[in-house]
Amino acid sequence: MSDPARTVLTGWGRTAPTSATVLRPRDGDQVADMVRRAGPRGVLARGLGRSYGDAAQDAGGTVLDLTALDTVGVDAETGLAACGGGASLGQVMQAAIPLGWFPPVLPGTRHVTVGGALATDVHGKNHHRSGSFASHVRSMTLVGADGEARRLESADPLSQATAGGMGLTGIVTDLVMSLRPVESSFMQVDTTRAPDLDALMAQLEAADAAHPYTVAWVDCLTGGRRLGRGIVYAGDHAAPADLPEPERAAALRFEPPTGLPAPTWTPAGLLNPHTAAAFNEAWFRKAPRDRRQQLQTISTFFHPLDGVRGWNRLYGHAGFVQYQLVVPFAEGGVVRKVIERLSSARAATVLAVLKRLGASSPGPLSFPMPGWTLTVDMPARGRDLARLLDGLDQLVADAGGRVYLAKDARLRPELVAEMYPRVGEWLELRSRVDPHGCFVSDLARRLGL
Amino acid sequence: MIDALGNPQSLLVLGGSSDIATATARRLVQARTRRVVLAGRPSTRLDAAAQLLRGAGADLVEVVPFDAEVTDTHGAVVDQAFAGGDIDVVLLAFGVLGEQAAQERDPSLAVRTAMVNYVGAVSVGLHVGARLRSQGHGVLVVLSSVAGERARRTNFVYGSTKAGLDAFSQGLGDALQGSGARVLVVRPGFVRTKMTAGRKEAPMTTTAEAVAVAITEGIRSGRHTVWVPARLQQVMALMRHLPRGLFRRLAR
Ligand SMILES: Cc1cc2nc3c(=O)[nH]c(=O)nc-3n(C[C@H](O)[C@H](O)[C@H](O)COP(=O)(O)OP(=O)(O)OC[C@H]3O[C@@H](n4cnc5c(N)ncnc54)[C@H](O)[C@@H]3O)c2cc1C
Ligand SMILES: NC(=O)c1ccc[n+]([C@@H]2O[C@H](COP(=O)([O-])OP(=O)(O)OC[C@H]3O[C@@H](n4cnc5c(N)ncnc54)[C@H](OP(=O)(O)O)[C@@H]3O)[C@@H](O)[C@H]2O)c1
Repeated sequence: MSDPARTVLTGWGRTAPTSATVLRPRDGDQVADMVRRAGPRGVLARGLGRSYGDAAQDAGGTVLDLTALDTVGVDAETGLAACGGGASLGQVMQAAIPLGWFPPVLPGTRHVTVGGALATDVHGKNHHRSGSFASHVRSMTLVGADGEARRLESADPLSQATAGGMGLTGIVTDLVMSLRPVESSFMQVDTTRAPDLDALMAQLEAADAAHPYTVAWVDCLTGGRRLGRGIVYAGDHAAPADLPEPERAAALRFEPPTGLPAPTWTPAGLLNPHTAAAFNEAWFRKAPRDRRQQLQTISTFFHPLDGVRGWNRLYGHAGFVQYQLVVPFAEGGVVRKVIERLSSARAATVLAVLKRLGASSPGPLSFPMPGWTLTVDMPARGRDLARLLDGLDQLVADAGGRVYLAKDARLRPELVAEMYPRVGEWLELRSRVDPHGCFVSDLARRLGL
Repeated sequence: MIDALGNPQSLLVLGGSSDIATATARRLVQARTRRVVLAGRPSTRLDAAAQLLRGAGADLVEVVPFDAEVTDTHGAVVDQAFAGGDIDVVLLAFGVLGEQAAQERDPSLAVRTAMVNYVGAVSVGLHVGARLRSQGHGVLVVLSSVAGERARRTNFVYGSTKAGLDAFSQGLGDALQGSGARVLVVRPGFVRTKMTAGRKEAPMTTTAEAVAVAITEGIRSGRHTVWVPARLQQVMALMRHLPRGLFRRLAR
C-alpha cells in the first residue's frame, strides 16, 4: 500500500496537511509535459508555500514546485524585469536594487515567488498609491489545461482571471513586470504612536496622504479605552543625500540578512494571551511617541519577520491561522467590532496589522478594494475559534467586505459569492479554459471554486 | 476537505443507524459538514437517521445499502459513496454485541459476531484505506472498545472481535502514515445506546453525545487514539497488568 513518491504539504500556517506527488520542473517545456500527464486529481503550481492555508496543495494530485524556474533578467535602461515563474521577490531585489530598480509591490516577506504573487495578486505597504502586484505585470506565459503555453498581455481576460486566480487558471512559467526606480537601499521612516483606534485610523489616513509606504501595528489584545492602540510606520525611499557620508558611495548595496533560525522546540506559553499581552505592552511603550525620518534598511522596514527563519514553527503542532479582512472605508466601524471581539476572546497574538487599501484591480478574484484591511494571526485552537471567525466573516460580508483567499484556511464556502461578487464571471471563464478541472487545489475543493 | 480548525465537509458512516454515529454526524453537520452518506442495512431506523441529519442542516444525505457480512459487495459500496466526491471522514460504526451465553451454546452465533465486527471491518476498512490514500487526505474513525483491551469472561467473544479490530486499525493507521490520510481509534467504555439497552451499566458509563464530542475533538487534534471517558485510559493501563486471577475476579 505504500507510495513513496508522495509528500505531505501544508501552507505557512502548518494546518490541514494533505499529500501529493511533488515534481520539480526545470523549464516551461517540462511544465507543459507534466500538465499533459496530470492524473484524475489534477495539477497545481506551488511557489514558496507562503500562503497561509491550503491554496498551494492538491491532495492526491500533482504539485509542481516551480522554484527551479528562477531566472531574473533586469533591463537597467527600461526597468523591465523578465522573471521565471518561480523566481522569488528576494531574487528580484538582489538583481534589481544594485541597478537602481525596485519591485513595484512587496508583501511582508521577500520569500514569495512572482508566480505566487501574481496568483494571489499581492498588495504591499504602497497599495494606496501603487495598486496590487498584477497592475505592474506587463505580460506572462501561461501553460493551460491543454498543455499549451500562451503569451498573454495584461489586458487579456485570461490574464486578469489569473491575477488573484489562486493558480486555478494555469501555470505561470514566466512574466515581465515593470520596476520602479530607486536611488538607495535605505528608507526614511516616520514612527508615531496612537493611544486608541480612532487616533490610529486618523494617523494612518494622514500618513497615506504624505507617504508612498504606510502600515500600522495594532494591539488586538487590549480592550477598553486603549482598544486598538497602535503604531503607524510611514516610509519613503531615501535619496543618497539622506545617507551618512560613508554609505553614500555604495547607496544601492543590498545585503539582506539570512535570518537566524527559530528554535525548533516551543515553550508552551510563548504565544498564549498573557505573554502576548505583555509583549504588546512592551512593544507599544518601546515605540517613540513621534519620530521623524529615521534611516532604516529596506529589509528592516519591509521584511522584519524574515529576520527569524521558520518563525511559523513557534506555534507548535496545531499551527495557526491568519485572518485578513477588508471592509469599505464607509464601514470602518467593523474594524472596531472585530478588534473588540478578538480582544474579549483573547484570540489574537502579537502579530496584527492595519492598513488602508487603494483602488481595486481588474482581476475578478483579486482581494484588494478601497478600504480598511486588518490582518491577525491566531493559534489554530478548535471549536471556539471556528465560531468566532465565522461570526467575523458574517460582519465582513454584511459590510460588503471580504477575506483574503491567500490567507484563508476555514471560510464557509457559501460566503465566497457574497464576498467576491464577480466569482460567477471568473468560474464561467475558467470552465471555458479548463472544462475538466485540470487545475485544482485543496482550497478550490473546500470553497467550491 | 477538513479545514484548518478541524471541521470536515463530508462524511461517510458505515453502520448509518448507529446511535453513536448519529450523534457524531449531527455534531459535524452543525459545524461544516454538508454532505453525508449513510451506509447500512435498509430499515426505518436508517431512514430516520437520514431525516434527522437533513433537519440538522445537511445539504445532501444519501443512503446506501451496506451489509458488513456481505464482504464481496464492499468495494462497490465504497465506490458508490466516493462517487459524489471526496469523503473527509469515514466513521466505521457498525457492530454487534451478541449474547455471550447464547454464543457459547451455539458457536454459529459467535461466528456472526466475528464476521460483522472483525471480518466485515477488515474488508471495508481496507477498501476505505485505499480510497483515502489515493485522495491524499481524510480520517477513518474506527469504533473499537475497551472490551478489546483485555478479554473478560462475560463477553470475550465480542471483546476478542474488538481486540482484532483495534489491532487492525492501528496497523492500517501505520500503513497510511505519510499518505495524508490517517486512522483515529476510538475506545469507549459502556455507552448508553440501543446496543446496551437493558444491560447492567458499568462504572463510568457514558453517552453517545460524549463519544461524539471525543470523536470530533480527536479529528481536530490529529490524535490517533481517544478513550471515552478519557480517564479510562489510566484505568485500562492498570487492568491490563493485573494478574490473571485477580482480573478474572474483578472483571465479572
Ligand atoms: C510573513 C508573510 C507576510 C506576508 N505579507 C503579505 C502582504 O503584505 N501582502 C500580501 O498580499 N500577501 C502577503 N503574504 C502572503 C503571500 O504574499 C502570498 O500568499 C503569496 O502568494 C505567497 O507566494 P508563494 O510563492 O509562497 O506562493 P504559494 O503559497 O506557494 O502559492 C500561492 C498560490 O499561488 C499559486 N501559484 C504559485 N505559483 C504559481 C505559478 N507560477 N503560476 C500559477 N499559480 C501559482 C498557487 O497555486 C497557490 O494558489 C505574506 C505571507 C507571509 C508568510
Ligand atoms: N454502546 C456501547 O457501550 C459501545 C461501547 C464501545 C464500543 N461500541 C461500538 O460502537 C459502535 C456503535 O455502537 P452503538 O452503541 O451506536 O450501537 P448501535 O446503535 O446498536 O449501532 C450499531 C450499528 O451496527 C449496525 N450493524 C449491525 N450489524 C450490521 C451489519 N451486518 N451490517 C451493517 N451494519 C450492521 C446496526 O445497524 P442495524 O440498524 O441494521 O441493526 C447499528 O446501526 C459499535 O461498533 C459498537 O461495538 C459501543
